Amino acid sequence: MSGFLAVLVVVLIFVVIFQIAKASEYVSILKGEKKSREQSNRINGFLMVVFLVLGLIGVWWCHDLLEDRMLGESASVQGEGVDQLIKVTFIMTLVVFIITQILLFWFSFRYQEKEGRSAFYFPHNNKLEVIWTVIPAIALTILVAFGIRHWLRITSEAPKDAMIVEVTGAQFKWMVRYPGKDGQLGRKNYKLINEAASNPVGQDWADSLNHDDFVSPELHVVVGKNVKLVIGSRDVVHDVGLPHFRLKMDAVPGIPTTLWFTPKFTTAEMKKRTGNPDFVYELSCDQMCGVGHYSMKANIIVETQEEYDAWVAAQPTQYAQAHPAAAPAEKPAASDSTATALTMK
Amino acid sequence: MSNEATLHSQDLLHHGHVEHGHGNGHDGHDHHHEETFISKYVFSMDHKMIAKQFLITGIIWAIIGAFFSVLFRLQLGYPDATFPWLESILGHWAEGGRITAEAYYALVTMHGTILVFFVLTAGLSGTFSNLLIPLQVGARDMASPFMNMLSYWFFFLASVIMMSSLFVQTGPASGGWTSYPPLSALGDASIGSKIGMDLWLISMAIFVVSSLLGSLNYISTILNMRTKGMSMTKMPLTIWAFFFTAVLGVLSFPVLLSGFILLLFDRHGGTSFYLSELFVQGKVLPNEGGSAILYQHLFWFLGHPEVYIIILPAMGMVSEILAVNSRKPIFGYLAMVGSLFAITVLAFLVWAHHMFVTGLNPFLGAFFVLLTLLIAVPSAIKVFNWLTTIWRGNIRFTPASLFSIGFVSTFISGGLTGIWLGNSAIDIHLHDTYFVIAHFHIVMGVSAFFGMFAGIYHWFPKMYGRFMNQTLGFIHFWITLVGAYLIFWPMHYEGMAGMPRRYFDYSTWASFNQFGGLNQFISFVVIIVFATQLLFVFNFFYSIFKGRKLTSPNPWEATTLEWTTPIHPGHGNWPGEIPEVHRWAYDYSKDGKDFIPQTVPVSPEESGH
Repeated sequence: MSGFLAVLVVVLIFVVIFQIAKASEYVSILKGEKKSREQSNRINGFLMVVFLVLGLIGVWWCHDLLEDRMLGESASVQGEGVDQLIKVTFIMTLVVFIITQILLFWFSFRYQEKEGRSAFYFPHNNKLEVIWTVIPAIALTILVAFGIRHWLRITSEAPKDAMIVEVTGAQFKWMVRYPGKDGQLGRKNYKLINEAASNPVGQDWADSLNHDDFVSPELHVVVGKNVKLVIGSRDVVHDVGLPHFRLKMDAVPGIPTTLWFTPKFTTAEMKKRTGNPDFVYELSCDQMCGVGHYSMKANIIVETQEEYDAWVAAQPTQYAQAHPAAAPAEKPAASDSTATALTMK
Repeated sequence: MSNEATLHSQDLLHHGHVEHGHGNGHDGHDHHHEETFISKYVFSMDHKMIAKQFLITGIIWAIIGAFFSVLFRLQLGYPDATFPWLESILGHWAEGGRITAEAYYALVTMHGTILVFFVLTAGLSGTFSNLLIPLQVGARDMASPFMNMLSYWFFFLASVIMMSSLFVQTGPASGGWTSYPPLSALGDASIGSKIGMDLWLISMAIFVVSSLLGSLNYISTILNMRTKGMSMTKMPLTIWAFFFTAVLGVLSFPVLLSGFILLLFDRHGGTSFYLSELFVQGKVLPNEGGSAILYQHLFWFLGHPEVYIIILPAMGMVSEILAVNSRKPIFGYLAMVGSLFAITVLAFLVWAHHMFVTGLNPFLGAFFVLLTLLIAVPSAIKVFNWLTTIWRGNIRFTPASLFSIGFVSTFISGGLTGIWLGNSAIDIHLHDTYFVIAHFHIVMGVSAFFGMFAGIYHWFPKMYGRFMNQTLGFIHFWITLVGAYLIFWPMHYEGMAGMPRRYFDYSTWASFNQFGGLNQFISFVVIIVFATQLLFVFNFFYSIFKGRKLTSPNPWEATTLEWTTPIHPGHGNWPGEIPEVHRWAYDYSKDGKDFIPQTVPVSPEESGH
């Protein structure tokens, strides 16, 4: 019933607007084209200024309202460069935005059609055109230079001392593999993936480097310590989104990607900084990956080295989970993955 | 073709006359050149009728596509509410009155596909290139009217197939309008990647055929069929814009088609162009050695030029409409043409800026940053030239000129955020967030629509011999302008806060659930703006039959050739000889004369420009 009423109201509003519009058309025919054009010029010219003023106030108001809901200071060292570049770009584009919008709507108001005035025949002016080709070109060169410098720094090779963590996306979860004590990730092969046999990322048990690796749904990293993510996917393209760290990298099946960064604040510190006792870093999937895309989340815990070590010590290795009965006995020399692949076929 | 056109010109002398009385019930039937209903309205080879076919099909698609956005905005704005009427129209896709995640992704995907391709490519360029190219260059019709007709009917076929995909049991494609594999390649990975995806690909392939037939026609007509005196530099900027749009389409759509065909092979032929090392639904797939990124290269090699295919026609029309209504020549005509050319060339060299975070070689990425930001220079030139065009003009506010001013405003706003996203070090944070949604909706969605509205209001009298209601046009403009900013402006902030796009529900995210109230506000505005568009649609169809009639053939007092045709031009456009052109299209307010049509010879005492 209320739905019906709502529709009725909308239809009525439509009819009223239409009647007014129709009537104004008749009136304008009676008044003559010139008169009615003068009137509509006046109204629309006035609205141009109103829109300009209210619009600029609205832009400021929107900023004021939402500024506090931004992410705060970057939680990674690398993100500082991103933020700095955003700041510079923000100021430059804002200045251009305000100037051009004011000119546009002010001109529209100021030069509305008036009886007895005629337009100024001004087809071109090379000097002006050169000016507004060169100035944007210079401004953009500055932004490009800044941008590329930050970009090459962010995407540079990870430092040698970086701890390595592997992040694998799957519909619709994240699996994070840690290298264990040896600091090295074991070989893997997608054909060995077997969820039932506790092998979600396809570790090759023939490779002894795998024996101390463990897999967690959470990403644990150490504050102040470089971490290099080796990113992959099991099925479709996903994306490791790290909003608080200002970073992002796709997870592509078959083509590993990497991303490294240095976390600045532990989760505990962030709880204090944000004044939110429930604060949690989240890793979001930022590439459309199917029906559960919106739920593909992993928590990120940034902690001190001691906390991290304690956490690592408590994690059961994936090898132990996959081989509950067998003791971690000596394996025959690792057969390479191509051999495994052949036997699989 | 031109021979035939000349042969017919005698007929058309009478024909134009008969056409006049068309509204009163007698059309060409008493004439020896019989036109049946089918040949006149359905399988028409008249470019003006084909333009109307593209436009009306585009309007229908626009209503559907926009309605889809209302549906998914309901979910985003009111995630906890239920709307029983949704279940009545969507069935099990909205069980209990709340759309399912599957339906949400299908709606999002179809919204993008419909708006980008079916409305803003076919509906915009298809309409106005068809309508204006022959009329403004002084030709009786397109170089090949038959191919032109085929272009529409291929589009129609693509439309039917796309529409039918909405009704298959597993639903339409739902992997986003970009349809990245492996998601789009594997039926097991997503319900929308089953039969719906095949229909999507087939429809899009046919759409590409339609686009190519049209574009080749536009190019050959502009190059070969200009009337006497119409040198390239005397063409209105609309024609230049349509020309470059067609060039972009011809060079980039085939690449997209090849990408789609490879995807079809991967889906059904057992190939591995895009597939490698996959484990889906508990099964190991045999595919190895393909690259999912290859598809993205092929897609964006069209995908980026595509945004210029959408925006260039709008730029052209806005240039023309601003000049006419400011009673001033467009400022810097050659710079305008040059910047269109620069944009066209650069459009092919920036596609990888959509792929900064795919693991692209960073060094290569740096080049794409440079080339992407370079495109801001010709865009800036255009903006400053538009501003100078209205400066010291004598501006008449018609719905068309208002929408043109709105176009410049949104093009500035959306263009400036392109400078953010084109810089890879910013993109690495903002990629695939609401910032991107805000950016491209303002610069290519809203702006292109504003250009399209401007074009419709301005050339409606040429299409139907009647005016659209002005007051409704004003209401339409102001609500849409304000609404568009209210919808998309705050999204920049959501994006800066990292809020990812294409999420069905944000409630479980500590980082993103703070924007619930804002999302509700946005959805509310969306509904109002959508209703306002229905007002426009009503105005459009009502005015076809009941609008105020034209009393003179040149209602806007414009200089271009289309206004030298009769109010109801027949097939062939000019009843007599095609007029000869003596000057450029922008002699407004020159030497104290309000306007001098292109057909008026240059008198010896006239000043140069």
